[in-house]
Amino acid sequence: MGTVALRMLFGDPGKYLGLVFGIAFATLLMAQQAGLFIGIIGRTVSQIVDVREADMWVMDPRVKYSDVNEPMTDTQLYRVRSVEGVAWALPFLRNMGTVRSPDGILEQILLIGVDDATLAGVPPKFVLGDLDALRAPDAIAIDKSGFMRLWPDAPLDLGREVEINDRRVRVAAIVDASAPFATSPVIFARYSLALNLAAQRRSQLSYVIARAAAGHDAAEVAARIAAETGLQATTSAGFARMTVLYFLRNTGIPINFGITIALGFIVGAAIVGQTFFLFVVENLKQFGALKAIGVGNLAILRMVLLQAGVAAVTGYSLGIGMAAAFFHFVPRANDALRGLVLPWEVAAGVAAAVLAIIAVASFASVRRVLVVDPAIVFRG
Amino acid sequence: MTLAVRCRNVVKSFDSEAGPLRVLHGVDIDVPWGEMTMLVGPSGCGKTTLLSIVSGILSFDSGAVEVDGHDVARMSDSARVAFRRANLGFIFQQYNLLPALTAAENAAVPLVAAGIDLETAAKKAMPLLERLGMGEHARKLPRQLSGGQQQRVAIARALVHEPKLVVCDEPTAALDATGGRNAMELLRAASVRADRATIVVTHDHRIFDFADRIVRMEDGRIAAVEDKAPEIVP
Ligand SMILES: Nc1ncnc2c1ncn2[C@@H]1O[C@H](COP(=O)(O)OP(=O)(O)OP(=O)(O)O)[C@@H](O)[C@H]1O
Ligand SMILES: [Mg+2]
Repeated sequence: MGTVALRMLFGDPGKYLGLVFGIAFATLLMAQQAGLFIGIIGRTVSQIVDVREADMWVMDPRVKYSDVNEPMTDTQLYRVRSVEGVAWALPFLRNMGTVRSPDGILEQILLIGVDDATLAGVPPKFVLGDLDALRAPDAIAIDKSGFMRLWPDAPLDLGREVEINDRRVRVAAIVDASAPFATSPVIFARYSLALNLAAQRRSQLSYVIARAAAGHDAAEVAARIAAETGLQATTSAGFARMTVLYFLRNTGIPINFGITIALGFIVGAAIVGQTFFLFVVENLKQFGALKAIGVGNLAILRMVLLQAGVAAVTGYSLGIGMAAAFFHFVPRANDALRGLVLPWEVAAGVAAAVLAIIAVASFASVRRVLVVDPAIVFRG
Repeated sequence: MTLAVRCRNVVKSFDSEAGPLRVLHGVDIDVPWGEMTMLVGPSGCGKTTLLSIVSGILSFDSGAVEVDGHDVARMSDSARVAFRRANLGFIFQQYNLLPALTAAENAAVPLVAAGIDLETAAKKAMPLLERLGMGEHARKLPRQLSGGQQQRVAIARALVHEPKLVVCDEPTAALDATGGRNAMELLRAASVRADRATIVVTHDHRIFDFADRIVRMEDGRIAAVEDKAPEIVP
């Protein structure tokens, strides 16, 4: 009877397309919004993720997320170094600043200062130049999309000069950094240079980045650092989690995306539920005839679920395909959206949501079919 | 040999706003094999109700109904469904064809219900459709067919699985006089045979001549049974 069920479904193209587009619409909306949400929340931890060398972050106990920092002293850095299980601990400066290009373009930037000797904390992927180029006086590295912001029409090249907080520096390397939350250019410099550039307070040690020695567990070492120094210390993953939670709790981002996602679900469920209900109700007489002829309730149930399932799979494939196309093409065309992807978890989650929609949609309809009295077939 | 259908003292009421409405007041009826039995009577006398009970799609309050010696009321629901699938053929006034299936596929539905795939079943239905003069229309959808042609597809669907009992409710009501006679001629020729009983509920006195027996109902009871040689035997 499966073939018959499918023929019934495809035999009513208006409703079939209504179902497919309803589901596709809901899928697209939910997947696109959820993907953006996860991508944007993910950006709040870009500067944590980009520091590949470290597995621990140490900071003032008042810091709640990676966008704020409370200066620490060099003494505190030394105390971290002396904790058992710490392989190394290095200063990490994070500051906002203003950059001015000779053409007069003014931009807010994120200034990162890394240890002069090791340069640990610079993203590993260089588009132009290399790590050692940062050792030259007044040399900085800029992230690729920041370069394109400052020199929109120029090819990527090295040697250009800019002023940061009114001090002249030279672009010595271009790196591929993860997109920051506020899509400003990211500039990397030696710690000593960055201190000069920031030039506001004497000490600008924002964080200490550190690594656990071989054979030591980062979480345990972090706990020891916290106990011995009175500072806040956490693993990189823990710091990322802290930051994400802060944004989830303290910004309108989850609510805004949540509303759109819920809307996609509700509107999708309403459209699909109504269309499917109409489809089934209009076919009640046919189902009644089939029941009279000797098709049992179980077989009828399977027919209805097959119809719903095929509409769901078709609609979901269409919708997730469109969402995938969005995440494939749009971030490439629009630099502000770079790095955004459609995580498989979102695709799976939306599939579950579509399943819920179709379950809701079939529930009422299935009841109508199951209780339909085959005797109606003899009534006019 | 058992009777095709044997009803004893069948009582049926429907719930209505004014309390239970008794529609059948103890119906006794015997339907023998090998004949076309017509069930006639004024509107509202309970013909359709009785036919629904006999075909096992409507429950009744008391009495006994046997079809081919089987007590329909004592079957489980699923056994009754299986019994209908194997032993009954249905023809409805409104044809009730599936609009998305071709004529051949519609005719094949009882075979599909029994587990044969649609394509094979449709092929199996072809000889019968040809006998009913529908060979060239086998690939058409119901909406591309006239009422008479649709009823022929319905006749094929009622007979394709060689059921023992064929039940028809007003099979000619939606057809004009000639169409109705044509349909009855085909139905009689294809349906009536020694190991099968055909019951036709009808108002249409123009087709009474096709019957072997006429059972008259009045107000929920059998009023008269008239055995007669059919005047028209194709
Ligand atoms: N499901 C139902 N619920 C309530 N009353 C019903 C139901 N089905 C039939 N009846 C009533 O039972 C009586 C007999 O109906 P039935 O359809 O059996 O008559 P009929 O002889 O087939 O009439 P007609 O020739 O008009 O088709 C009628 O009064 C009808 O209103
Ligand atoms: Mg009737």
